[in-house]
This record gives sequence, C-alpha cells and structure tokens, in this order.
Amino acid sequence: MSLGNLHSIETFGAVDGPGIRFVIFLKGCNLRCKYCHNPDTWCFNKNNPVSAEDLINKAYRYRTYWKNNGGITISGGEPLLQIDFLIELFKLAKDKNINTCIDTSLEPFKNDHEFLKKFDELLKYTDLFLVDIKHIDNKKHIELTSKPNINILDGIKYLDDHNKKMWIRHVLVPTFTDDYDNLNGIYTFINKLHNVEKVEILPYHTFGVYKYKELNLPYRLMGIKEPSEEEILRAKKILHLI
Amino acid sequence: MNKEWRNFNEGHWMSDVNVRDFIQKNYTPYEGDESFLEGPSEATNKLWDTLKALQKEERKKGGVLDMETEVVSSITAYKASYMTSDKSLEKVVGLQTDKPLKRAFMPFGGIKMAEEACTTYGYTPSQDLHTIFTKYHKTHNQGVFDAYTPEMKLARHSKIITGLPDTYGRGRIVGDYRRVALYGIDFLISKKEEDFANCGCGIMTDEVIRLREEITDQIKALKEMKVMASDYGFDISKPANNAKEAFQWLYFGYLAAIKTQNGAAMSVGRISTFLDIYIERDLKEGTLTEKDAQELVDHLVMKFRMVKFARIPSYNQLFSGDPVWATLEVAGLGMDGRDMVTKNDFRFLHTLENMGPSPEPNLTVLYSSKISEHFKKYASKISITTSSIQYENDDVMRPIWGDDYSICCCVSATQTGKEMQFFGARANLAKCLLYAINGGKDELNKKQVGPEYAPITSEYLSYDEVMHKYDLMMDWLAGLYVNTLNLIQYMHDKYYYEAAEMALIDTDVRRTFATGIAGFSHVVDSLSAIKYAKVKVIRDEDGIAKDFEIEGDFPRYGNDDDRADDIAVWLLKTFMTKIRKYHTYRNSEPTTSILTITSNVVYGKATGTLPDGRKAGEPLAPGANPSYGAEKSGLLASLNSLAKLPYEYALDGISNTQTISPSALGHDLKEQTNNLVNILDGYFDQGAHHLNVNVFGTEKLIDAMNHPEKEEYANFTIRVSGYAVKFIDLTKEQQLDVISRTCHKVL
Repeated sequence: MSLGNLHSIETFGAVDGPGIRFVIFLKGCNLRCKYCHNPDTWCFNKNNPVSAEDLINKAYRYRTYWKNNGGITISGGEPLLQIDFLIELFKLAKDKNINTCIDTSLEPFKNDHEFLKKFDELLKYTDLFLVDIKHIDNKKHIELTSKPNINILDGIKYLDDHNKKMWIRHVLVPTFTDDYDNLNGIYTFINKLHNVEKVEILPYHTFGVYKYKELNLPYRLMGIKEPSEEEILRAKKILHLI
Repeated sequence: MNKEWRNFNEGHWMSDVNVRDFIQKNYTPYEGDESFLEGPSEATNKLWDTLKALQKEERKKGGVLDMETEVVSSITAYKASYMTSDKSLEKVVGLQTDKPLKRAFMPFGGIKMAEEACTTYGYTPSQDLHTIFTKYHKTHNQGVFDAYTPEMKLARHSKIITGLPDTYGRGRIVGDYRRVALYGIDFLISKKEEDFANCGCGIMTDEVIRLREEITDQIKALKEMKVMASDYGFDISKPANNAKEAFQWLYFGYLAAIKTQNGAAMSVGRISTFLDIYIERDLKEGTLTEKDAQELVDHLVMKFRMVKFARIPSYNQLFSGDPVWATLEVAGLGMDGRDMVTKNDFRFLHTLENMGPSPEPNLTVLYSSKISEHFKKYASKISITTSSIQYENDDVMRPIWGDDYSICCCVSATQTGKEMQFFGARANLAKCLLYAINGGKDELNKKQVGPEYAPITSEYLSYDEVMHKYDLMMDWLAGLYVNTLNLIQYMHDKYYYEAAEMALIDTDVRRTFATGIAGFSHVVDSLSAIKYAKVKVIRDEDGIAKDFEIEGDFPRYGNDDDRADDIAVWLLKTFMTKIRKYHTYRNSEPTTSILTITSNVVYGKATGTLPDGRKAGEPLAPGANPSYGAEKSGLLASLNSLAKLPYEYALDGISNTQTISPSALGHDLKEQTNNLVNILDGYFDQGAHHLNVNVFGTEKLIDAMNHPEKEEYANFTIRVSGYAVKFIDLTKEQQLDVISRTCHKVL
C-alpha cells in the first residue's frame, strides 16, 4: 500500500469534470506556470500522507450528490507524479463504481517502458482526462511554465491513440496565450484528435495572487488583467467553440 | 351541489370543512416544463411600476412611507382603498390601510411599542389612544410584564433568552385562507356556531370558558370579513364562483389577518395547488386564459409584496430588512405519492421573472427528489437568477405533518387549518455554556443570572467536568425558558388573540410550542475544542472566564467529521429532551428549532468569548450553519454535517443558508441548474431539512453595500436564515456579517 501526499480536498467541485466532483488535490508539481493559482501545491514535501482507502471512503460519503455524471477528480499539483497511488485509488474507486477523472498537465509523461506500463494500468481505471495545453509553441511554453511541451503533446496523442476520453483546457492569459497563432495552433492540433469530448477556455483570474504573498513568492503576472468578455469570445471563435 | 362547486369531484369536503380532501380529489398534477408561462400583462407592469416607485420613496424617507396615528387597525377600520386611482387595474384588491404601504396602528401587542414605532419615524401618535390603552385597556406587553418573575426579567435582560414575543405579536399562525374561497363565510360561521353549541358539557372550567369566548370572537371576525369585502363590492358569504373570485376571497381572509395582527411571521400558507384547481376549471370552461391566470397570480403576489407593519428599532435588529414572512409554499408530494406540482407552482415562481426578485412572499419549495424533474430544474434556475427561494424537505415533513401543511414562518411546518403555534424565540445555548463555566454568572454584566452552582476553577477545561456542569445549567435554562414562554403565550391569548386567523382554523386545534436554539455551532465547536484540543481559561479579576487559549487542533462542525457532528446531534437531542420535561401552556406539544433569523448578530453582541475561539461580541453563526471559517472541505461537507441533525428532534426546523458563487456552480446556466438540482437531491435524500440558496459572489455584496443607490440593487434579494431580504435594507452590521460568511467558491 502506498500513501498519497494530499494537499486538500474540495467536496464540491462543479467545474472540474462532468457533474459534481469530489476533488482531491495532491501535492507537488514540476511546472512553474506563471499564472498558477495554486502555488501552495507546488512543493512536494511529505507531510500529509493519506491512504487510498481512507480517501475513497471519504469521497463515497458524497455519492448522493453525484447522480449519473459526478464522481471524483484528482487534481493538484500534478497527480501523475504519484502514479502508484493513483492506480491504487482509482482501482478502489472502480470497485465502488465511482466515475474517475484526472486533471493533469501530462508533464510527467514520457515514452519509456517503465512509465508506460504504469500509465497503461492507470488508463484502465480512468474515465476522463482533463488535460491542459498551456501553449502550443514549445519555446513559449518553456517561458510560461519552465518546461517544454513536447512530451505533453505526445501524451495527448498517446491518450487519443488509446481511445481515452479527454477534455482539453486552455488558460487564456492576455498577452501570453491569447495570440492568434497560439489559439489557432491549438485548434489545429486538437482537430486531428478523435477523443476530445470538450474544449474549454479557462479565463485567467487573479484569485490566487494572495497565496503568493502568503508564500513569499514573487507574482510574475502582476499587472496582467483578466480577459474581457470580448477577448474570451474571440478566443472561443478561433478555437471553433462557437 | 351548489353552482359554485360545479364540475368539482365530490367528497367529504362538501359536508365538512376539509380543504385537503377537496385538493386531493380535484388537483391536476403537471409534469411539463415552464414553456406554457406567460409574461406580465400591461396592468401588471403598470401596477408594479407604481409599487416600485412607492418602495423607492419609502426608502428615501428612511424606511417608512406613511403611518397611521389616529385609527386603531381592525378588519373594518378602513374603507375600500386601492393602489392607484384606476381601480380596474387591480385584479386582486384590498389594502391594510387607506393607502398603499401605509403602516397601521396596532396597539394590542403593546401600546408602548406602537407609539415608539411612530415616534421613531417622526410621527406623533394620538394622545387619546394613549389614554385608552394605558388607562382603560391593558395590552399584551403590559400583561407579560405584570406577571414576569425577577428571574425571568434578569434572564431576558442578560439575553440568555432573547427575542421573546413579549414586545411584538407572536405570529406564526396560518389561517386556512382557502376556506373563505371554497366555502364562503356563511358556511364557516355555521360550523363555528355548531362548535360553540357543543363547547363544553356545561361545567365551566377555565378551558371551556376561554374557548367559548374565543369562538365568539372568531365568529365576530368572520362577520367583519364580510363587511370588509362588501365595501370592496364583493359578497363573500357564498363560495367563490371562479378563479378570480377564489383569489380575491382567499386574499380577503389573509387581509383580515394582517389588519388585526402584526406577528413576526404572517404566512399565507399552501395556496398554490388549491388555486390551481379553480384556474383549471376556468381554463376548461373557456372563461380564463393563461395570460389571465398569470395576471391573477402576479397581482396576488404583488399584494404579498406590500404587507407592512410598524416596527420598533429593537425589533428591526432582531429581524432586519422589514420582513413579514408572507411565506407561501409550492410543490411537495401527496400522501398517495402523487406529485403535487401544478402549473400554478410554476406561475408563483414565475412572478420572480415577471416582476423581478423580491423577499416577499417568502417562496418555499417543498422539495423531494421525487417531484417533477422539470419543476426542480425551473426552481433551480430561478434560484440561480434571483436568490429568492428556499427549499424544505417534504420527505421529512410529510410523514409528520401530512400533505397539507404550511410553513408558518421561515422553516416551521404547521398543518393548515388544523394547528396553531406558540412561537417562542430562542435560548442562547452558547451563553449557557459560559454560565456553566462561570457558575451561573453572566460573563458580561457579571450578575448572578443562573443558579449559583460552583464555577469551574481549573486552568484547563476538562471535558467531563464541563459536560456535567453544562447539563445542569441547561436543565435550569430549559425550565426557565419554557415557563417564561408559558406566561407570554397566556397573555397573548388573553390580550391579543388572533380571532381572524383562528376563525379559519378548526376549533379543536392542535397546538405546538416552538422553542429555539441560538449559538448552536459555537457550542459544538467549543465542546469539541475542549474534548480534542486543550483549552486554557483566562479569567478576569472576578474569576469570570473572559478569554480562552486553544492549544492544538480540533474537529469543527461543518466538515462532515463525525467527531464534531456527533456533538451537534447530542446537543440537539439533549436540549429537546430537557424542554419536553416541562408543562407547556394549553397542553401544547413542545418542539425546537435551530434558527436565528438575523438575530444572530444581536445575540452575538450579548455573548462573551467562547472556548471555540469566537471573540466576545462577534455575531454567532446563523441558524444551524457552521461557524465562520470552520468549513474547510467545501459546500457538500458542510451540507453533510447539517444532514446528520435529526429532524424529529427539531420539528420546528433546522435552518441552513448557503451562498455559492455562480462561477463555482458551473460554466453556464444549464450546467449550474443541473448541478444545483443534484445538490438539492443529494442533500435532501440524506434527510436534511432546509436550505436557503444564494447564488452570487461576494464582490456583488460589497458593491451593493457601497452603492445602494444603483438601480440594479433596488430589489437585490438575498436569502438569510429562514427568509429573504433586500440586501440594501439590512443594517450595515448585518451586511458585513453576511459578507463575512463563507461564500463557497472553488479556485
């Protein structure tokens, strides 16, 4: 039995997958996205261990709210960094017939045998992947998140090849990710895939800024405004969402 | 069958007063969606514009548009009066006084209060009336204070029992106003005369004498209703002949109630399904269109939006925002399992679209996951767009109250026409905990209010010792509280009897005795802190605990953590069991509620620092809500904690108010609607009792507080514990309190 490193739970998630979700935030992430609103989940220090069984039992208390489409969503941090724990957790979830969803950047994805063995196992128990494309251009992706996007895009293709349902999300940050080339590039990429159920624009917001202050971290998007309704509409059009 | 009852299915209701039987045999369930609904008529728009202008003027004048100073309100105190000079606009007529929004003079509850209400708003009450009600006629308030014991006065003064209906009408009695429409007044009088003839065997006990006098008062009230109606040009001695008359007859019954009583809650009750039967008949007979039907509903609702009472500042602090609790129910299931949702239930909710959001009437959905999906979705949608609806669990109430109960205030069920309630405000159990620690001394005024038991003197609180002392102190409080209420209810019956409402209730009435709890979550968290962390007492020079230092972490109520939630269940059961030990006035059945309305702010002011970390003077959490900042696991964890409280021990209701940020509820209205339905289903299927649903962000509240003059906020309605208010009508303190409460949003 492996223990997960839990950041927190949110019993009522309505925007992280279909229906009402019990959202489990795990600790640790290798990306340093400039707009991240959960910098408190970056650090992978082992101080809040939790067993898969306890977590599933806790989640199961909310099944009356889930009806026919809700369930659990694992978010973070980057949940794939704790893939052994995820496999165990989702196995238990499937024993109880709970809908499972992973909210991931796919940053840990790599095309090596050892990783894929585990990843394939995880796919068996996962109903839906929520995947971010943070930027389609590798250079700009590095600039925005500190890491390249090549393996991430590979990961998306891998999921698609394995007929895994996906929702692809893109955070719209004025001056960083809202240019035509990026949005059109994302559209072109997604258009070739077969298992994308939904594409969502997540407008950048500043709710998380206070956390940077608390953590004594510099906030690198100071002065960047939340996108206007018109800007969101424009982005949706480029992505052919409307 | 008489012609007014044509085409109705026959039943017992024809020979006896039995509205439920009539409804069950005649209503038409509606399983469709809202697409049949009609917009406002031209007359509705005109009248609503008039009313909005009057409301604006009222606010400009400091909250009161006009007041009576010379005439004592009664059923027939005023000639027929209308909203505008064009009488034909109003499809339902009748005002409380001679002008819209003018507040009547109602001295029977207490002449002092009636006068203070006038002087507060710059009006000079009549000297003659002062003489009459001080020299020649006693009022309820005087009666109570003539009989109070010193101990009661001290407990009241120290606010361990507070908000008592000794300075205002107790309210919470719902006349079965539908009876006026179904039977006409003459039939009702004949039934009451029969009751009078059969009242007692000739031996004149106190009970019999009192009841005989009361029945006579009821008959007098019924006769006065006829006089009032005839002045408006209607003969209500006979049953209503069509939908328009049914609306009007019913409203006259309610109007008689609000002209004679200024109770804290003046609910109109479960009228929607009943009125639908008349509409359906007219639609079939081709004498009414859907547009007409909606207009009737809109106009009736407009009348409920206009109910006003003259209030004093201390009342406004308890119940802020000028509420009257014209509570009106829709939906629910029948005992036979049939859905009681009718088209009219849609029409009543639709008034919030036709005339915008409004706190009154206090629209209440009797919820079951088994009611029509279309209706659930429609109600959720209206909740999201107006924050003006509350939900109560029909699945827990129906087994106890049947399928024809009304909600008589915020959350309290009462069998329509069969039952009345003795409303009794609430006891501050958080303060009681401090009394247990301090040996019965009040932590703020330092008087010996409770019994002089040995105080706790240890540096750290021991759970067992606190529980033992708390148990003893609660015994004392329960006894004093029930007896204080007995006295109040006696005097209310004697000096301020609700003849008009009781005339529309069975003579052989069931009575409930509604106590209440304030400070619930704080007691739970305090006991949990003492049990699971270490709580050190800081005492002042008199040895009274003035502060507490908590060392370590402890589970808090509101996180679906059984360690804390078990204490909550224990507290409710223990208090209710203690209340049950005492004799209650007129053999009424004791109940309790966990409901504070907006009085949590006032109660908090009068309560010292608590062992859960809440500081002296800070507001208590409202109703059964978890304490501020206690909810760490999101909305559903909080709802699950609430759902554990057994309704059977709090038959007067368990109030829960939650605010959800729209962006956290879903991406678009459709998703939000579905999610809200799932929340309601999941919560109520677990046996929870009540939920107030607000959907807006904190930013909107802050903006409304800072810019009350903006047009968009004129009718901005929010749900607070058990009712709805216009946010800008709250005191600044209460606005800040509402803002500081948890708004559930996910980053």
